[in-house]
Amino acid sequence: MADNNFDVLIIGAGPGGYVTAIRAAQLGFKVAIIEREHLGGICLNWGCIPTKALLRSAEIYHYMKQAENYGLSAKDITFDAAKVVARSRGVSGRLNMGVNGLLKKNKVQIIWGEAKVTKPGEVVVAETKKTVVQPQAPIPKGTLGAGSYTAKHIVIATGARPRVLPGLEPDGKLVWTYFEAMVPPKMPKSLLVVGSGAIGIEFASFYNAMGVDVTVVEIMDQVMPVEDTEISKIAQKQLEKYGIKFRLSTKVVKLDRKAETVTATLEAAGKSETITVDRVISAAGVVANVENLGLEALGVKMEKGCIVNDGYGRTNIAGIYAIGDVAGPPMLAHKAEHEGVICIEKIKGLDAHPMRRDQIPGCTYCHPQVASVGLTEAKARAAGFELKIGKFPFLANGKAIALGEDQGLIKTIFDAKTGRLIGAHMVGAEVTELIQGFVLAMGLETTEEELMHTVFPHPTLSEMMQESVLDAYGRVIHM
Amino acid sequence: MAIEVILPKVDMDMSTGRLSKWLVAEGAEIKKGDPLFEIETDKAAMEVESPGTGKLGQISAREGDDVPIGQVIAYIFAAGETATDHVQSKPAAPVVEVAAKAAPVAVVETSTNSATSDIRATPLARRLAKENGVALSSVKGSGPYGRVLSADVEALAAKPAPVVSKASAPTATATPVENGAVLVPHDNMRKVIARRLTESKSTVPHFYISADCRLDALLKLRGDLNKAAPVKDGAPSFKLSINDMVIKAWALALRDVPAANVSWTDAAMLHHAHADIGVAVSIEGGLITPIIRKAETKSLSAISNEMKDLATRAKTRKLKSEEYNGGSSAISNLGMFGVKDFAAIINPPHATILAVGSGDQRPVVENGAVVPATVMTVTLSTDHRAVDGALGAEVLACFKRYIENPISMLV
Repeated sequence: MADNNFDVLIIGAGPGGYVTAIRAAQLGFKVAIIEREHLGGICLNWGCIPTKALLRSAEIYHYMKQAENYGLSAKDITFDAAKVVARSRGVSGRLNMGVNGLLKKNKVQIIWGEAKVTKPGEVVVAETKKTVVQPQAPIPKGTLGAGSYTAKHIVIATGARPRVLPGLEPDGKLVWTYFEAMVPPKMPKSLLVVGSGAIGIEFASFYNAMGVDVTVVEIMDQVMPVEDTEISKIAQKQLEKYGIKFRLSTKVVKLDRKAETVTATLEAAGKSETITVDRVISAAGVVANVENLGLEALGVKMEKGCIVNDGYGRTNIAGIYAIGDVAGPPMLAHKAEHEGVICIEKIKGLDAHPMRRDQIPGCTYCHPQVASVGLTEAKARAAGFELKIGKFPFLANGKAIALGEDQGLIKTIFDAKTGRLIGAHMVGAEVTELIQGFVLAMGLETTEEELMHTVFPHPTLSEMMQESVLDAYGRVIHM
Repeated sequence: MAIEVILPKVDMDMSTGRLSKWLVAEGAEIKKGDPLFEIETDKAAMEVESPGTGKLGQISAREGDDVPIGQVIAYIFAAGETATDHVQSKPAAPVVEVAAKAAPVAVVETSTNSATSDIRATPLARRLAKENGVALSSVKGSGPYGRVLSADVEALAAKPAPVVSKASAPTATATPVENGAVLVPHDNMRKVIARRLTESKSTVPHFYISADCRLDALLKLRGDLNKAAPVKDGAPSFKLSINDMVIKAWALALRDVPAANVSWTDAAMLHHAHADIGVAVSIEGGLITPIIRKAETKSLSAISNEMKDLATRAKTRKLKSEEYNGGSSAISNLGMFGVKDFAAIINPPHATILAVGSGDQRPVVENGAVVPATVMTVTLSTDHRAVDGALGAEVLACFKRYIENPISMLV
């Protein structure tokens, strides 16, 4: 008879759930994690990670075609879509195994199936009824299955799924979500991407690099609407140079699906037109997985389709916690992981600090990359700050020029009164690896002075971060 | 470790403050919250409480020194700690030099680098603490391991000057001299009054004009209004005084004659957007002038209630600096002491002050006949650089119109 009693039960083994499980185990809790489909969740199997593998293939392909710019020659550059996808799946598979290994190492019990919270302290697990997205990594060995489990603390980390817009319902063949877009059987000739958030833009960037005719439709008046407008415009211009077409302030009102093509009716400023493409990717955001968990019966408080927590993961019901996408935006893996750690440390009674939602960075891995943290210029102005804004272009950075990547900008926004860094926004090569410097600066509350006094290594792209800060205070050197 | 004693910011715009008096001798024991020293600003003197309990040592600012805000001026050592330990543990701090009147910037630099470096605080928190005159050692940090975050400093700085105590009434000891006379040393308020009024009377060209105002209509209106005051919690919600109505009338006059609502500066004339009226309040040992801001926009009842609150707090020396600094004009009323008329000294940066005498029954000639009337004499002092005679006469006439037709103040 298996032991069905735990200290902590975690529902969902995505990045939020499994990190919470490991931290809980480190703190001495007896932990079980319930998963119905893939260890590592969307991020590792169908999101962050496999897209980065696809985009890496696209990037190398792009550079190979640019070989002459670097004094090299490469002839007959082609690709095998199946192999590109296979590599991406391989990367996910390897990390999936890795999560399994980490959970085992930390003695976290895996329970396979679908969970329902029947009452505080009790979870009933049934066999997975959901149609599992294929390919599925092998189900780990030594898991427990259907049954009733108890734990004082139940953490809901069930994540999110693609938002379905009426009329744009994905069909798996012509209209894709990120699941199908991740594993194309072959490259379509043309593609319509609905939504220009991180997911939409990354797929647009990938398919465009692989030679597909890509059109992106965005209902808002800027691409990547959450980003700083100036940065978005630079990214858009660069993506347009590569051949991506953008239709902003535009709505998809109808999809007419034929055998191998789709005719989309677009509407902008009262005018409508049609566009015929091979495939459509619906990337209009994600919605939290709050259904069939027994939450309504328990009276767990929800707002806008997400579970409400108190900054420490606690819901309104004692003993029930929610972290990650299911607990509201920003729906990002790193937010989920951090929220999970805070949650479990608070349960343990450690001196945990509530989530600083204003300091969560965001990264988009299109080419050029976009990364940001804090307030955009527009939001900072709206918040009433008197601003000092610094900008430094890639054009004036030695390393960027040497790399052959001289397009981009680093923008910093300071509160003029106190010198507090309130926003940093970047577009250009490798900026997703740079942003953490500013995240750290914000978290440690450095002022412009410390950023100016820090030695940045030469020659690096990071030098632009300091130059941007110098520029905000009228002291830029290389401009 | 030793607790720093810093010079706090007690005034909105002060960048330095004059340390006027140490209330505790170096080496003496002191308890947290006890009065430690006095600082003096343009307008007032205040006592500052001790931030900790222990022995006062390493005093680096002498009485009379002008000290930058946020600078460490002494330390409070716990039992067993000595100044020597403290200095040795921080060889970077040239404490002896600090005691001398070094360049202010260098002094601040030294103190930040040494004395506060043992306190866990973010750079932004350090900067905000320095700018707001908050001692880092007095802030409870909410960050990891008690690290002081900007929000912690902001929360403390937002509280109205917590370090300023209600300052005791002067307790100067008199020294007998010949013939039974005694010498009473000046307290800070006396010194500030002396300095400011001497400066005003010797640098501002004063010019005086007087007018008699009939009060009968105003007295009747005041009675009617007070009778009609709505009762709240068993008490009338306001009780107007003549002075409240004088404040309102003067504010409206300055609104109507904006050329008189100015301040002289060497470079240009400062035209004020509102009539911010300072009202002299006599308190034990001197006087202070709290300000009714935007008085021309406020109702009589609002002015009345605000004035009551300010006067009460002035007497217990609980005014915040922003409540008595600045302003565009002032009123001094000695009518309640039976004074018929007098001329007041302008309180810079104001360009005018209205001196108000008592309202007395006097014979006045009306339509060729002598009739009894209640009359009040007011005298306007103007800074002739800013307000010329004719302009002064115009604004005074306007004031007289409001006083004699008080119903017009209500619309």
